[in-house]
Formats: sequence, C-alpha cells, structure tokens
Amino acid sequence: MSQVTGATGASTIHGHGHEHGHSPFLQHHFAEMEQQFDASKIGMWLFLVTEILLFGGLFVGFGIMQGKFPEAFYEAHHHLDWKLGALNTVVLLVSSYTMVMAVHSASKSNQKALIRYLVITLLCAAIFLVVKYFEYEHKIHDGLLPGKFYTYKGDHVPGGQQATFFSFYFMMTGLHGLHILGGMTVIGWVLKRAIAGHFNSSYYTPVDLVGLYWHLVDLIWIYLFPLLYLIS
Amino acid sequence: MADVIAAPGQLSGGGTQEQKNYLNETKGIASWLFTVDHKRIGIMYLWAVLASFFIGGVFALLVRLELLTPKETIMSAEAYNRVFTLHGAVMVFLFIIPSIPAALGNFVLPLMLGAKDVAFPRLNLASFWIYAIGAIFAVTAMVTGGVDTGWTFYTPYSTTTSGAVSTMTFAAFILGFSSIFTGINFIATIHKLRAPGMSWYKMPLFCWSMYATSIIQVLATPVLGITLLLLIMERAFQIGIFDAKLGGDPVLFQHFFWFYSHPAVYIMILPGMAIISEIIPVFSRKTIFGYKAIAFSSVAIALVGFFVWGHHMFVSGQSVLAGAIFSFLTFLVAIPSAIKVFNWLTTMYKGQISLKTPMLYALSFLLLFAIGGLTGVFLGALSVNVHLHDTYFVVAHFHYVMMGGTVIAFLGGLHYWWPKMFGRMFNERVGAIACALVFIGFNVTFLTQFVLGSQGMPRRYYNYLDQFQPLHAFSTFGSWILGLGLLIAAVNLFSTFRKKPDAPRNPWGAATLEWQTDTPPITHNFHHTPTIDHGPYDYFPGQRKHA
Repeated sequence: MSQVTGATGASTIHGHGHEHGHSPFLQHHFAEMEQQFDASKIGMWLFLVTEILLFGGLFVGFGIMQGKFPEAFYEAHHHLDWKLGALNTVVLLVSSYTMVMAVHSASKSNQKALIRYLVITLLCAAIFLVVKYFEYEHKIHDGLLPGKFYTYKGDHVPGGQQATFFSFYFMMTGLHGLHILGGMTVIGWVLKRAIAGHFNSSYYTPVDLVGLYWHLVDLIWIYLFPLLYLIS
Repeated sequence: MADVIAAPGQLSGGGTQEQKNYLNETKGIASWLFTVDHKRIGIMYLWAVLASFFIGGVFALLVRLELLTPKETIMSAEAYNRVFTLHGAVMVFLFIIPSIPAALGNFVLPLMLGAKDVAFPRLNLASFWIYAIGAIFAVTAMVTGGVDTGWTFYTPYSTTTSGAVSTMTFAAFILGFSSIFTGINFIATIHKLRAPGMSWYKMPLFCWSMYATSIIQVLATPVLGITLLLLIMERAFQIGIFDAKLGGDPVLFQHFFWFYSHPAVYIMILPGMAIISEIIPVFSRKTIFGYKAIAFSSVAIALVGFFVWGHHMFVSGQSVLAGAIFSFLTFLVAIPSAIKVFNWLTTMYKGQISLKTPMLYALSFLLLFAIGGLTGVFLGALSVNVHLHDTYFVVAHFHYVMMGGTVIAFLGGLHYWWPKMFGRMFNERVGAIACALVFIGFNVTFLTQFVLGSQGMPRRYYNYLDQFQPLHAFSTFGSWILGLGLLIAAVNLFSTFRKKPDAPRNPWGAATLEWQTDTPPITHNFHHTPTIDHGPYDYFPGQRKHA
C-alpha cells in the first residue's frame, strides 16, 4: 500500500492552472471535459433512478388497489378515451425520436438541425399537453375526480372504488404532466443555448442529459398508457 | 524518521495561518448563502444540523421530564404527544440524516479524495437551500397546531387526526430531495474526482461508507417521497389507498414507509461507521485491519438493508412466512456490522492507543453500538419481538444505535475535524470530561429503558403504572447528565472562537489527504494536486515497504 503509484502525469490532469486552452464550459474543479461529461452523466442516470422509484411507488400502489378491486377499476377505465391516449403515445414517441436526432445533430456540430429538432420536440410536448387538457376537461365535466370530489353517479359496480381509480389517474398523469412541463422548460433552456451557439461536437453535455431525461418521461408514459387506458 | 508522520498530540507541520483560506477569502452573508464551495456548504449545514439537534434535544428533555412522574408532570397528554413527535421528526429528518453526510461529509469527502470540490457544486448548494425550505415547513408545522402522530406518521391515525400533519409530511418530502442531491453528488464525486493514483482501495474508508450511504439515499428516498405524497393526498382528497373505510389498506402505508425508513436507519448509521473507521486507526497508530472487509461490509449493509423492512411489522398482520423471511434477513444484516466491529477492535490490538477526545468518542461508540446492534438481533427474533414490540426495549435499542452510534460518532468526528474546519484546537481535558458525561448520562438514560421495556412498559405512553416510576425517574436523571455533557462539549468547541487560530496542519498525525493541506484549507483545497504516495492509514510510510 505504501508504494508510490499513479503519480505519473498527475500534474497535467487535475492541475490548478489549465495552461493549454480549454472549453469555456469546463468548470474549475474538473481537469478535462471528458471527466466533466462522465460525472454529469453519472449524476443524470442517478437522478433518473430516483424518478423511476418515485413513480414506482405509485405503480405498486395502483397495482395493489387494482388487484383488490378489479371490477371497479375495469369499469372506471371505460371513461378514459384510449384513442386520445394512443394519440399521445404516438406524439411522445415521435418526440423521443426528434430528441435522439437533436443529440445526434449536436454531436455532428449541425446547429441548424439541432435547433430544428429541439423545436419539433417542444411542439410535440405542447401537443401532448393540449390533448391531456381536453381529456382532463372531460373528466372534470363528468365529475370523474379524485377521492371525495368524485361526483359521477352512473357506476354499476358497487363499492365506490372508481373514485380510487381516478385518484390514481390524476396523481399519475398529473405528476407525469408536471414532468412534461419540467422537460419543456429544460428543452427550452437547451434551445436558447443552441441558438446562442454553445454546442458543438466537443461540448453538448446539456443536450445529451436533457435527452436522457426526456426519454424517461416518455418511457413512463409508455407504461402509464396500458396501465390506465387498456385494462382488460 | 523524517517521513514518519507525527503522533497525535505531537504538534507538527504548518504554522499559524494568517494567509487566505476558505473562511476569510470572501466576506459577507451573500458570499456564504450563494457559495458553491463544498466546505462552506458543509459549514452552513453544520450550523443548521446543530440548531436542529438543540431543538430536538430540548424536546427530548421535555419528554423525559414529563415522564418523571406517572401522572401529569409539566404538560398535558396532547402536548406530550406533540412533543415526542417533534422530537422524533426533528431528530430524524432535520438532524441525523443530514448530520454526518451533508455537514461533515460535505466538508471532508472532497478533501479526502484530493478533489477541488464535489462533482456538482451548484446541486450541492441547491441541496442546502432545499433543506432550509424543508426546515421552514417543519417549523411552520410546529407552530401551526403541531403533529401528534409520532415521527412514523402511521395510518389510519395520521389520516384522521387534526393538526399540521400534511405540513410536516410535506417538510419531510422536501427534505428528502436535499438528501437525494447529496447522495447523487457523493456518488459522482467518488467515481470521477479521485486524485490521480487514488484507486478505490486507496480511498479512506470514510468514502466507502459514504458511497454506501449515498446509494441508499438515492434508491430509498424517492419511495418515502411518494409515500408521504400519497399520505397528503389521502388527507386532502380521501383517495382511499390507506383508508380501510374506502377499501384501502393502512398496513400498506407501513410497508411503503419502512421500505424507505429501514434503509434510512442505515443512512444514519453507516456515516457513523465511516467516522469510526477514520478515528480508530489514527489514534491507534496502526493501519486499519481488514480494509476490504470493512469497505465491502458497508456495501453489504446497504444492499441487505433494503430487504429487512418487514421486521418493523411482525405484529401488523403480515404472513408468518413473510415474518420468518424478514427475521432471517435481519439476522443476516447483523453480520457485516459485526465484521466492522471486530476489525476495529483488531486495529487497536497492539496499537499505540492515545486517548484523545475523538478516540474517547470512538471507544464509546464501540461499546454502545455493540449493545444497540445486539439488542437489534433480539428484536429481529420473531417470538421475542412479539413480547418486546412497541415497548421501551425498542426505544432503548434504537437510541443505542442512533444516539449511541451515530450521534456519538458525529461528536467524535466533530472534534476530530474541528481543528481542520476552523483552525482552532479545543481544550482536550474539557473535551474528555464532556465525553465521559455524555457516555455516563446516555447509559443511565437508556440502559434503564431496556429494563422498563422487558417489564412491559409500552412506548409513547403518557401515564404509566406506579411500579415503573423508579426506573423512569432514573432515566430522567440520566437525561440531565447527558444534556450537561453535551452542553459542556458545545461550550468547549464554541469557546475556541474566542482565541486566535492555533491548530497545526495535522494535529492528530493522520495520513489521509485532508490533513496534508492548509488548516483551514484554501478555497481550492490544495495548492498542488495531491499525489498518493502512501495508503490512507499508513503512518510510517518510510519503514514498511512490505505492507
């Protein structure tokens, strides 16, 4: 343990003064861009893990309640319009594709394409929210609301657990919707920086990380859609 | 002998420091609140957790005072319920969880790795701000009706009682994010910012333990987040997941809650073990025994700790099979803890032990944690658990682990790194007296409670049978000794600010990197990138080439 190891080249990596020219986006506590990129990527993946566990709790809760009250949940799910759900699924899948292309364009220093794909991704997110808005409006109109605010009178299966279904529906899609809004904010931020010309093949970490986040938001919807809309 | 690092107490290296350091480089409140320097963030966290410790401690003393007599002593039953809830919630969410990782760890971990900062300094600052916001919510809950559910917020009581339950759980929800951010930061820092030459097995064991802690923080905390959110929704909308009236399942809350909160117990104790692994070799002048065993037992605790939550629910109506499996897994998790204790003891064997204040706390830790850990094995046994469930035996057990373990280790670490953080030495004799009082007071307070519990005294009760009074009174007297010891320790540490900085670079003769830089460190931590030319516990690097 006491032998001198690894000291070779130590002063060039991690040194105080970065004598050779480096990216303006290199933060002072990193020695080089690659190290900074790797650290950011680890951080982002860990954040995504926490997101999965956050939604995971809701999925488990939903699964347990559905297992207890399959008929009520089956009846309640008929109020959801699977066509709108499917439309939104397609919209998000397209947005995932455009996000991949945005990252790819950034890695090729193709600024025009990067901006174009980011704008399309943002548009898809907006379409998703508009569709969601009409779905919510319909539920609110019919009194299909969470918990004690559930006023719908036409249920056939007794017990009132349709209200629980809609509690979960609103919590899960609501939390997901907040993530879409968050995603739009960060995509907007990346778009602004892309227009300012910050990204090229040697530095596009934010595009990459926002892309990862966006894929996760899409992925959660891919699971939410069959779970809520396609109960059999 | 030139390259022998000085023994503890034998002051060496670096003179007094009028030069620039992280404390005096910039001035003004904004330079602290908006700093991204991990050391300053660590110090802000330190003041915050110490304030929380004080508040939680006052609540604890009030609880003990109320229990001095079998009937009403100083407060009503309702007030008592609130006070013990606030004691638990403040101590767990505002003090213990952030205490070692976010306060001491933030300061020390990058230094130990030879890094200039954590991987995400702004995220680190965000973590502190989120903590502050969470604390504001918690205080709001205290002054707007209080909470009387106990810190565990068990349903159905928590969904039906009045008071500020939603505010308090929302506070815990927010505090969870600050904990997650710290965890993400530490994992990325340990992966990517180790100094050149510092392989995983050359890291100080503190970092291994912090790594294990961070994994739990990242994996378990989101589940608590969603659980508390569901609880808030249950209260606000009656969504029916935990409410049996609406077809929900109150026990499901316990599953959700303990899925986080049992791993959270390891979020609390692993950092304590991290500090002990540093202090014991330094004050024994001996390389740590079983480096890899200690390192991997931390990881093992983190992993197995995820599968033992059911041992909180042996009498909550889970199946016998589930109970047996959880019981078995609980025994399993005791093994890595025992491995650590044996390795620490073996490290001391034939060492040159010097009984400085940090070492006194470490020795206290060994004794108290052994008791706390072993009584945990009692409680993990199904049949014994049925007898002892929800009695003072449980209270005594987890105080031996949380206070006797984590808090004692925190105090040891605080004394150990105080000179590095502020450049000031505390009074050694007063420090030792305080430690002795804490140790005695703690045992008087809580050893008694094992007896109370085994005789059937239930926890959280306001009134009790007259036959228990002598033991309860004894425990209350102990709490005063404990409080006095902590007060003396605080005075001893804070009075160092009245004198000139006098701490040398490496007062204890430690071999880890944080002691090789200035005291207090400069803002960028090191003047030159450190090179790793000896192991973290190699105190005689020139003499033992074969090690």
